[in-house]
Amino acid sequence: MGTRPKKTWVLKGLWLLIKASFSPVDNIWHKGTTMILTKRQLLATITLMAASVFTPLAQAEDEAPDALIKRLSVDVLDAIKADKAIRTGDIDRVIALVDTRIMPNVNFQRMTASAVGPAWRQATPEQQKRLQDEFKTLLVRTYAGALAEVSDQTISMKPFRASSDDKEVVVRTEVRGRGDPIQLDYRLEKTPGMGAGWKIYNLNVLGVWLVETYRSQFAQQINAKGLDGLINVLVDQNKANAKKA
Amino acid sequence: MMRASARLPFLQPQDSVRRLALGVLLVVVGLMAGCATVANPDRRDPLESFNRGMFDFNTGVDRVVLKPVAKGYQAVVPQWARRGVGNFFNNLGDVWSAINNGLQARGQETGDSIGRVMVNTTLGLGGIIDVASDLGIDRHSTNFGSTLGRWGVYPGPYIVLPLLGPATLREVAALPVDQQGNMITHVPDEATRTGLTVLNVVDLRAQYLRAGEVVNGAALDRYTFTREAYLQRQRNADYDGNPPEEDMGP
Repeated sequence: MGTRPKKTWVLKGLWLLIKASFSPVDNIWHKGTTMILTKRQLLATITLMAASVFTPLAQAEDEAPDALIKRLSVDVLDAIKADKAIRTGDIDRVIALVDTRIMPNVNFQRMTASAVGPAWRQATPEQQKRLQDEFKTLLVRTYAGALAEVSDQTISMKPFRASSDDKEVVVRTEVRGRGDPIQLDYRLEKTPGMGAGWKIYNLNVLGVWLVETYRSQFAQQINAKGLDGLINVLVDQNKANAKKA
Repeated sequence: MMRASARLPFLQPQDSVRRLALGVLLVVVGLMAGCATVANPDRRDPLESFNRGMFDFNTGVDRVVLKPVAKGYQAVVPQWARRGVGNFFNNLGDVWSAINNGLQARGQETGDSIGRVMVNTTLGLGGIIDVASDLGIDRHSTNFGSTLGRWGVYPGPYIVLPLLGPATLREVAALPVDQQGNMITHVPDEATRTGLTVLNVVDLRAQYLRAGEVVNGAALDRYTFTREAYLQRQRNADYDGNPPEEDMGP
């Protein structure tokens, strides 16, 4: 046997172990469909895990969308927990975190375009760029406040179903802390030849999709004052939010 | 005096009928005005004009009364005590959630809810300590409106209720039942009942002080933002966390 299949099952075993240790709901040992490891495979996996502690596991060439979300969530949560400035709402640190860790995995143009709706196609490239910039600022400022709430939360992955030829998938997770678990889902698209593999284009907190929430608000502004009107409203809102912070 | 009070029962029904008629008339006029003035009509919100008025009224009441009281409560009562208060009311709520999860035929959620009530009421000293969460038993809050939704009752038009806030027609219909499901309703002593209700409302509002700030920052139009979030969240619950994508029509 070549090394590739071996690597695959070692990775899969690793993934199952991570899942098992993080998610009490999704009890993999009782799922008929999931692979159960043999003792030898388990041993090999643990050995590999120990070895990989010192050499951070590089991104697999074709990282699965759920693996990407898992890695990203853990990364971002750890970064927040380690950085007091972020938790006290230091906006520059939050922006740095968003730009370095989150944005490379987001198709923000698609997000903005679908929030703007049909009018996007009539927008000039410059208008499109301004819309993206202002929308991003609005979201980052908004969620910077929410990051202050992060304390001992963990992310647990819900069962993921997709076939290998899917171009768009939904990855479901839950943030667990005190009280009701918080539903946090992502829509991802496959981006061939762009390196990152999968990119997020919408997210859902507690059942509320971000893009849809803004679509009707944007439409309202566009109908009343046109695209430039919408841009102005976003600029004003960002200024007001900056003053408050 | 005797004669006046003797006439009262005769007068009363007529009086209330008149008031009702007046109320209906006002609502109808309001709705007709609404149809004419809304700029971006949404098919889920045919009462938008009326709803916006009610939303502004609620916002005003919140700004003048509820929010300041909640802020004071947050400032005066230490966090551990507030957590105890929140846990206590959550535990009461879990009883109703257990029943409704049962009515919705959700096994895991029903079991969790019953387990939570049992653990928290005993080990958690009457619900003040949320032992169940520490044990990893999740909360699954739900109500009778969701039970109706689970069995196919459509939400109907969006309605902003005075003081109670966002709802749909289905929630309004379920309201009397949910009211009975609220354990506080069944406290016999009126003063205690009122006190508990006030404490519950103030405590809830205090929990959402930060969330309110986030919405203020995030929303271009708070009315539309709130409506969108509320309707999406309800749809999400109706479809068991997995609603079909909505058509992208205008």
